Amino acid sequence: MKSILIVAGKEFRDGLRNRWAFAITVVFALLAVGLAYFGAAASGQVGFTGVATTIVSLSSLAVFLLPLIALMLAYDSVVGEAQQGTLLLLLTYPMSRLQLLVGKFLGHAAILGVSTLIGFGVAGAVIAAFGDIGEFSEFLLALGLFIVSAMLLGWAFVAFAYLISVSVAEKSRAAGIALVVWFFFVLVFDLALLGLLVGTSGTVSESVFHYLLLLNPTDIFRIVNLTFFEAARTHAGLASIGADAAFHPLVLLGALLAWVIVPLVAAMVLFRRREA
Amino acid sequence: MSDTVFSMQRVSKTWGQVHALRDVSLELRKGQVLGLLGHNGAGKSTTMKLILGLIRPSSGELKVFDHDPSAVESSHLRLKLGYLPENVSFYDQLSGEEVLTYFARLKGIERRQVALLLERVGLAHAVKRRVGTYSKGMRQRLGLAQALIGEPRLLLLDEPTVGLDPMATRDFYGMIDELRAKGVSVVLCSHVLPGVERHIDRAAILGQGQLLASGSIDELRDMAGLPLMVRGRIDGTRDALEQRLSQSGVALTRLNGNAFELAAPAGGKLDVLRNLLQSPDLTDIELDPPNLETLYAHFDGQSRKQETLQ
Repeated sequence: MKSILIVAGKEFRDGLRNRWAFAITVVFALLAVGLAYFGAAASGQVGFTGVATTIVSLSSLAVFLLPLIALMLAYDSVVGEAQQGTLLLLLTYPMSRLQLLVGKFLGHAAILGVSTLIGFGVAGAVIAAFGDIGEFSEFLLALGLFIVSAMLLGWAFVAFAYLISVSVAEKSRAAGIALVVWFFFVLVFDLALLGLLVGTSGTVSESVFHYLLLLNPTDIFRIVNLTFFEAARTHAGLASIGADAAFHPLVLLGALLAWVIVPLVAAMVLFRRREA
Repeated sequence: MSDTVFSMQRVSKTWGQVHALRDVSLELRKGQVLGLLGHNGAGKSTTMKLILGLIRPSSGELKVFDHDPSAVESSHLRLKLGYLPENVSFYDQLSGEEVLTYFARLKGIERRQVALLLERVGLAHAVKRRVGTYSKGMRQRLGLAQALIGEPRLLLLDEPTVGLDPMATRDFYGMIDELRAKGVSVVLCSHVLPGVERHIDRAAILGQGQLLASGSIDELRDMAGLPLMVRGRIDGTRDALEQRLSQSGVALTRLNGNAFELAAPAGGKLDVLRNLLQSPDLTDIELDPPNLETLYAHFDGQSRKQETLQ
């Protein structure tokens, strides 16, 4: 356990030192505040718009940005150390491969988690102070759900990055594959689903479609935040959430968590087999 | 407890069709320094990885401190091992002190030792500097300090003197001698190690995954039977000497001036020397016994010849 914390601590400090954490935080905060303020520019006015509009547009932007940032942060975590020779050295130390990988993952997850929390948290505070947020508890719930789902989405792609990193021998290859993975989940997957829907003239039943969306963490993230506001907007109250929507937000968050765990476990299995 | 630090009995390692190591038997005792010599791909790194427990032998028996190094329950063994990999570049954005602290904490060693180790390898002036700014030699010293964390009983050093200047190399061998005196066993791994003879107890020469020869330098010399090179200078003509030596079958090569050179066969070198010393005109003599480099070239060449014959 101690080794895990030592490794995680080093990864986290590296993230602070090379300004990754700082950069991510600032990007998120600016994005959120900017969207909240200029979100209504299209309708000819500036100023803080409603929370629902802000978070909905924020989630459709974050869905592109977060996976990219997470992949860039962690794609070289294992292959980078392998190339500089420190991986071989670390494996001769009194800790297991599992501990090394978990430690590194926790470090990267902490960088991304803290940046997400602070970045969007600060933005939320700014919006709460200057904008019209309506019911405060509802605003807090919306923001909380957004931040938690954003963290999970980021971690899912950190886990993808680890899966890539343990299965290649060169950093440049890892970067290339990371880009392909991003492209697939963020763009290709949805287009393919759309194609399926159109091509079959909508014969794919709605419930099947809902389940297909669960196969993509970015779609889950989108649904979590959209359905929440659909419910909120119609003033049906929080209780109705999950009634019209296919899944309750907690189920969706659980699905996102599965997207963190599955690739990570796969990465561990591959890492144990990887040749030193 | 026995004095054996590690023992390999007919150990082989294969990767699919490739035989990285074939039937290698080696042993190292407490306080001994072993030079592991061989060209690239000879099996040096594979041998090291086996001892470190990073890979398992395909066949044969390997024990390190009486344990199987790759067994899960042997992770405590790793506290007794120090390893310096070849071409390791540490975290560039960290300072030397931070790098060493990280590795020390992973071995469960107090930070207090870090400063001492850095001083010991001559990096005390650069502890706060980023490793990215270090020269090749400084990085190598940092790697060495890393290997020394926690006072290991067995040190495995892969190409330790690459990038070190002559002074640093001397310091390095001084440190090896010190460690040996304390009972630490060391494996030095290299293509060639000029001037290393005095610091090692035994040498093992690997080629194409096989152990070509192993033993002390003297044993290797006996095995190889290489001639003793003799250089000398003579006042006056060399003809008489040349004639006398040719009777015992030794040819003399004339060098510039009055100097000459000859190769005395291993068996008859004393006869040749007596013969030489009888000559009253001899003004200088210099003996050059086969060194590790020549021995290595001999054994390696021999194995290559066999390879081509087959």
